Amino acid sequence: MTEENAGGVAKRFLYVNRRAPYGSIYALESLEVVLIGAAFEQDVSLAFLGDGVYQLAKGQDTKGLEVKNFSPTFRALEDYDVTKLYVEKEALEARGLTAADLVVPVEVVDAARMAEIMEAQDVILSF
Amino acid sequence: MLHTVNKSPFEHKALETCLKFARQGSAVLLIEDGVYAAARDTAVAKEVQEALKRVQVYALKPDVEARGMQNRVMDGVRLVDYGGFVDLVVEHNAVQSWL
Repeated sequence: MTEENAGGVAKRFLYVNRRAPYGSIYALESLEVVLIGAAFEQDVSLAFLGDGVYQLAKGQDTKGLEVKNFSPTFRALEDYDVTKLYVEKEALEARGLTAADLVVPVEVVDAARMAEIMEAQDVILSF
Repeated sequence: MLHTVNKSPFEHKALETCLKFARQGSAVLLIEDGVYAAARDTAVAKEVQEALKRVQVYALKPDVEARGMQNRVMDGVRLVDYGGFVDLVVEHNAVQSWL
């Protein structure tokens, strides 16, 4: 389940994102922790369930709110070798969204596949 | 009466409850995560369309734009800025916040 690396054993980390951006601090905090985890060369995956899919919606413009628009940061995750982004199919559909409406390439998965992905982790962090 | 809803319709019942009690001719202002209810083609769009037949529905533009929903707002929902929010509060006898 784990592989050796220079710092020891890399664990599989899954970050589960279930909140919309801006309505609470959870989404931004999750992204901060993801970047920290990535710096420690762990095996990182992100899951977006329910309203969490809204974090990835294109076209976010926070000038009127005067808060940081952190959606472009998802595009930087690739530079940290964080490329496994899983999005709940049912959540997208209920919100009238498709993968084309998201700021980064993702793997759209159904609930059964998402459950498998969760099962395969060493550590799960919920936001 | 002006009703405000600040919760996502997909994760909370605030909108549903609000619409149950909102009388003919009242106004519903969607703010914060409540603005997701203003989007077209969602699982709750039909409920909002039904509501539009008897109440005015508004959405706060800065919240809509922050969430990237500005090109998805359904017909009949009017966008207001912060000044428009204040106007709505002044125009109505009372405000009910469905937190």
